[in-house]
Amino acid sequence: MSLLITPGADGRFGEFGGRFVPETLVPACQELEAAFNDAWSDPEYRHDLDKLLSEYAGRPSGLTECHNLGKQLGLRLFLKREDLNHTGSHKINNVLGQVLLAKRMGKNRIVAETGAGQHGVAAATAAALLGLECKVYMGAVDVERQSLNVFRMKLLGAQVEAVHSGSRTLKDAVNEAMRDWVATVSDTHYCLGSVMGPHPYPFMVRQFHRVIGDEARAQCQERLGVMPDVVVACVGGGSNAMGIFSGFIDTKARLIGVEPAGGAAVGRGQPGVVHGMKSYLMQDEHGQVQEAHSISAGLDYPGVGPEHSYLASIGRAEYPTVTDDEVVAGFQLLSRSEGIIPALECAHAVGWISREAPKMQGQIILMNLSGRGDKDVGQMMDILDGKL
Amino acid sequence: MTFGRLETQLRQRRNDGGKCLVPYITGGLKGWQDAIRACAANGADAIEIGLPFSDPVMDGPIIQAASQQALFDGATPISIMQEIRSLDVGIPLAVMCYYNTVFHAGHERFAYALADAGVCAAIIPDLPLEESGPWCQAADAASIETVMLAAPTAPDDRLPRVVARARGFVYSVGLLGVTGERASLAQTATDLAGRLKAITDVPVLVGVGVSNAEQATQAVQVADGVIQGASVMRRLMESGPDAVGEYVAQVRLAITL
Repeated sequence: MSLLITPGADGRFGEFGGRFVPETLVPACQELEAAFNDAWSDPEYRHDLDKLLSEYAGRPSGLTECHNLGKQLGLRLFLKREDLNHTGSHKINNVLGQVLLAKRMGKNRIVAETGAGQHGVAAATAAALLGLECKVYMGAVDVERQSLNVFRMKLLGAQVEAVHSGSRTLKDAVNEAMRDWVATVSDTHYCLGSVMGPHPYPFMVRQFHRVIGDEARAQCQERLGVMPDVVVACVGGGSNAMGIFSGFIDTKARLIGVEPAGGAAVGRGQPGVVHGMKSYLMQDEHGQVQEAHSISAGLDYPGVGPEHSYLASIGRAEYPTVTDDEVVAGFQLLSRSEGIIPALECAHAVGWISREAPKMQGQIILMNLSGRGDKDVGQMMDILDGKL
Repeated sequence: MTFGRLETQLRQRRNDGGKCLVPYITGGLKGWQDAIRACAANGADAIEIGLPFSDPVMDGPIIQAASQQALFDGATPISIMQEIRSLDVGIPLAVMCYYNTVFHAGHERFAYALADAGVCAAIIPDLPLEESGPWCQAADAASIETVMLAAPTAPDDRLPRVVARARGFVYSVGLLGVTGERASLAQTATDLAGRLKAITDVPVLVGVGVSNAEQATQAVQVADGVIQGASVMRRLMESGPDAVGEYVAQVRLAITL
């Protein structure tokens, strides 16, 4: 039996997942679940989606071997190049799927949350392409540190609303997007950006990102003739990681989801319920959700997708952490050794690989490079200025 | 069937030809206990006490601000429960809390903590029917009445299942949206209350978007009563417990006339 779960009506991955939403949203989630299942098995929908993924988003994405860095670290390192997709990250896979689905469901408006702005930009892009109105909620702190992406979203015709409640980051943007959806559910689709939230989102978003793992597996087979020893990705909500993991879950490869030390939901959290799902969650002794802190806005999330909690609970995937310093070092390391500037999120994975390399000598490492670092250059300029 | 204390109280009010009034107060906020006493002294049938949560997705700006302030002031579910125990207001008390507060404490432990504090009912807005089984089992065992929410989006075949599980009252969500004051009562408020009244004998109270005495009067043309949240909390935060008492008296008068 495959470890890649197709959840039933209860939306569970083991004990995790579910649908913990206000009553108002229950019918909407049920409707979405039915619409997704119907679309996913409809060759016409799949054809339309595949066509967009290849002709618009630029799939399949490449597989690049890092000869210089591999040599330096004593291993073979391959990058799955999601950074080369249209809009600069893996997020486009999910939004094209969801916006196409929203249209099929007769919705004329989408709302989305965003942390680093990558999902917001992708959502705004898909909405522009397919002619839907788009509103993106973004924590006020993130609006500040990702101003370039804010401008991008506006340029694409989306309305961006800064969220000033709570910690003013990604978790609060999710709250606000859900509040919007509660009020507008009749004509609006909530285009959730990760493998999180109430059922069917964790499952649906994973299915949209499976293309990463499926392609990478075929590419490994063709280029190497073997499966990698280790598959690595960064984890905030965990969509890029679930995307690549899904292609290798039934192989012998170690699956590594790298969390920021200040946002280690699996590493430091306990099971809890927020944003519609039961999953590992950083919380205090009274069950109040704690604020995550990391150098990358995209990983500043105190929870994690329920399928990751499941994979952690059965020991199939590991969730180590890296510090902000290791991330900054990883960011520079990949830039200098390979001429590839990674998103700060992905620099977590680079930081882990470089730290753990002595224990992986001679192994084949596959890393999901889920986004490019252009959006982070301003922030890194402040951090590194004078040190280069 | 024997009813719990909350449902007994609300049915009594209805049987007497009256309409039910349940104000909401965020626990742990400055003046909250005096506000509860003011509600009880001015015609409330029961009180809904909010346990503040870090991520209140069903709440609009006013109750969000109240929750955030209460948390900032150091309120915890335990501290609020201890203070509830010493409240002696003579009417049933319910708590409104988000599910993680319950889940984190443990279903049975939480249910017995409520009973121990003298609370008779729980309202958990992010725990829909399909996920409510384990909690309801623990709540039933501790004689805690679980109020179910019904929403305007529910299809006709869903409502009977929701009301079948409702204890205390059915919380008829007045509009598509989160808590907060609105200029007028939404058509959905009376529509949904009417759909519920047609299928259940459990008291039907409208909450979310019932913003003043006039709107409460409109709502009780169809419903058995109203919950008053944001309008009460705005007065508590702007003016204090006395203003809450005056407002509750005003609504009581309006829905009695």
